[in-house]
Amino acid sequence: MEGKLFVSSSPHIRDENTIQKVMLDVLIALLPATIGALYYFRTNGAKVILLTVLTAVVSELIFQKVTKRPVTINDLSAVVTGLLLALNLPASSPWWLPVLGAVIAIIIVKQFFGGIGHNFMNPALAARIMLMISYSGHMTSWVKPGPDAISGATPLSFIKGATEVPGNAPSLTDLLFGNIGGSLGETSAILLILGGIYLIYRGVISWEIPTVFIGTVAAITLVFGQFDIYYTIYHLLAGGLMIGAIYMATDYASAPVTPRGRIYFALGCGIITSIIRLFGGYPEGVGFSILLMNIAAPLIDKYTSPRVFGEVK
Amino acid sequence: MMKFLTFRGGVHPHGYKEATADIKIEKADEPSVVYIPLQQHIGAPCKPLVKVGDRVTVGERIGEPQGFVSAAVHSSVSGTVKAINMIPNAPGGEVQAIVIESDGLNEVHSSIKPIGDFESLSSEEIINAIKEAGIVGMGGATFPTHVKLSIPPDKKVDTFILNGAECEPYLTSDHRLMLESPEDIVYGLRAMMKATNVETGYIGIEDNKPDAIKSMEKAAEKYPNIKVVSLKTKYPQGSEKQLIYSCTGREVPSGALPADAGAVVNNVATAAQVAKTLKTGMPLVERITTVTGSAIANPKNLSIKIGVPIKEIIEQCGGYSKTPGKIIMGGPMMGFAQHSDDVVIAKGASGILVFDEKEARIPKPEQCMRCGKCVEICPANLQPLKISAYSLKNMMEHAEKHRALDCIECGSCSFICPSKRPLLHSMRVAKRSIIAKKRKQSN
Repeated sequence: MEGKLFVSSSPHIRDENTIQKVMLDVLIALLPATIGALYYFRTNGAKVILLTVLTAVVSELIFQKVTKRPVTINDLSAVVTGLLLALNLPASSPWWLPVLGAVIAIIIVKQFFGGIGHNFMNPALAARIMLMISYSGHMTSWVKPGPDAISGATPLSFIKGATEVPGNAPSLTDLLFGNIGGSLGETSAILLILGGIYLIYRGVISWEIPTVFIGTVAAITLVFGQFDIYYTIYHLLAGGLMIGAIYMATDYASAPVTPRGRIYFALGCGIITSIIRLFGGYPEGVGFSILLMNIAAPLIDKYTSPRVFGEVK
Repeated sequence: MMKFLTFRGGVHPHGYKEATADIKIEKADEPSVVYIPLQQHIGAPCKPLVKVGDRVTVGERIGEPQGFVSAAVHSSVSGTVKAINMIPNAPGGEVQAIVIESDGLNEVHSSIKPIGDFESLSSEEIINAIKEAGIVGMGGATFPTHVKLSIPPDKKVDTFILNGAECEPYLTSDHRLMLESPEDIVYGLRAMMKATNVETGYIGIEDNKPDAIKSMEKAAEKYPNIKVVSLKTKYPQGSEKQLIYSCTGREVPSGALPADAGAVVNNVATAAQVAKTLKTGMPLVERITTVTGSAIANPKNLSIKIGVPIKEIIEQCGGYSKTPGKIIMGGPMMGFAQHSDDVVIAKGASGILVFDEKEARIPKPEQCMRCGKCVEICPANLQPLKISAYSLKNMMEHAEKHRALDCIECGSCSFICPSKRPLLHSMRVAKRSIIAKKRKQSN
């Protein structure tokens, strides 16, 4: 017979899913929030998004060329990291802030540890926290939506130290639709939730992490606010909870892989977020909580191995 | 009984069964030469009972089983033994085979006569008839059936399950059999239930074959102790442990046998063969095989004599429509890739699958992104990404701690992996290494 036969061990067929398709789904899910960011922050928003995405991709390309590794920018993971970082930055950022952030995210947090799947923290989040600590002035000058970039307080700062929402705080409708101050992506809860539903529907993320994370914050703030529903909803919609719980805590590499582990992980994220928001020095605790739980993820994985089929304990 | 029963985990590969699901079983052309392997089963190979120049007839025993876990081999044609030599073996390596040139007469051996109705036979007589006929698991596992039916006295078995799930994509041989010979299947099941002294029988069929469910329900309607179970279409629904769970809700304990969960599982094709043997006395010398795939011109379900080279069978299906890239004996999830089309039809050949060059390529693996898909779908509840990583780093103790030996090798993890990692492949390496080490230690 002509030609050569390909011989390999079973299985001989593969699902059509690829890393690139997974990342593309994340980008599609982030599309509403990105469009929202562009609508609210116009050219300032566009500038930040372009700078982070471009820098992220170019950093990955240069790093992989220099270290003579296979170039993987086509898998779109650098684009996702860049976009997520952009959504975590204020629209008023000077040009070098997004660039520096993307370099930190891709080179230090992702590539130094071995590239995709090997970062022990969420790269975009780690970069955000690093910028936040190093350049807190720039990182906290949140601008109100609109072309004029008027700086203002974030919704969370209104309730810092309070057990109820003060009268001068933004309305829930504004929180829901994003007409508030904050980073590019933390403005509109509804656009972020829309993307989250898409990701769960497509099987890209499992429901456990976002649901338990958000649920835990809801439960704690409900008790702390003495069952003031308005106060709780305010906590859920304001700040980075939605983007954090749906897009950052669900990062594959830095979250546990076991279903039970994901629940404990999300529970931990929710508790730490609430503690920082209610009792800590910062108004927002989502970023820190995820990074802290990222570090605990391997340990959680270790102790939450599922019961093997037929295992007798 | 229409109830959608299932197990945890699993994947949904595309079925590709349309090509042959509606095509009636056809008899393959008479072969001029057959090459009958002396090992077509799990267990010890047979010793040849004939020598070059001997005349043999259809159904004559030509290979003597060695030990209890072994199965006799019979001639599928009448003619002259031309040679006894090594031929390529479908699961890999080579196997000794008896080469018989057919005289075209198909003279049946004098010993072949009906064994009788199973109701008049004792349990031992039924098991012995199955043993004499060299019957093995015909779904592809090829475990000798008489061994499966010889339940150790300390085990209590109360459930007999027939596997008609046919969860492997592409394959339709069991599907067609359930449509065309449902009475034989039920007869074989009842005989085996009598042999094992079991009261309750199940026939598990995936719900993508409603016609087969209907056909089997009709054939079994007279027997209230036999239930036809509609199973959720999901791979690996036909895996022994998963099937027992789907039908009875019982888990086979880790490292134990189905009998420890009170169940025996056999394939529908095996049951049909048992019926044939009891009714006619004919041993296992012919089986139904699905011949399909993108590079086969006219896909078919064929009844083929044991020992016919697949090359001839492919020619009967119109030959290759494209340059073949991969030939698989069995299904695409668990079948064996062949390095030539010189292998022959053996007792476990449920399918001959030929892919074109494009389909044959396995995509290049990329880095694991720890998405956890393999953990979500593993029917054994393992964490394939971890066992695989330990295996690739040769950290076999860790692989064992993560229970590599509980892997059922269904391949769902490799199938689902977005990074196309060789998960099952590396877990197999770990399993073999762990088992080899255990053997060494016990010696």
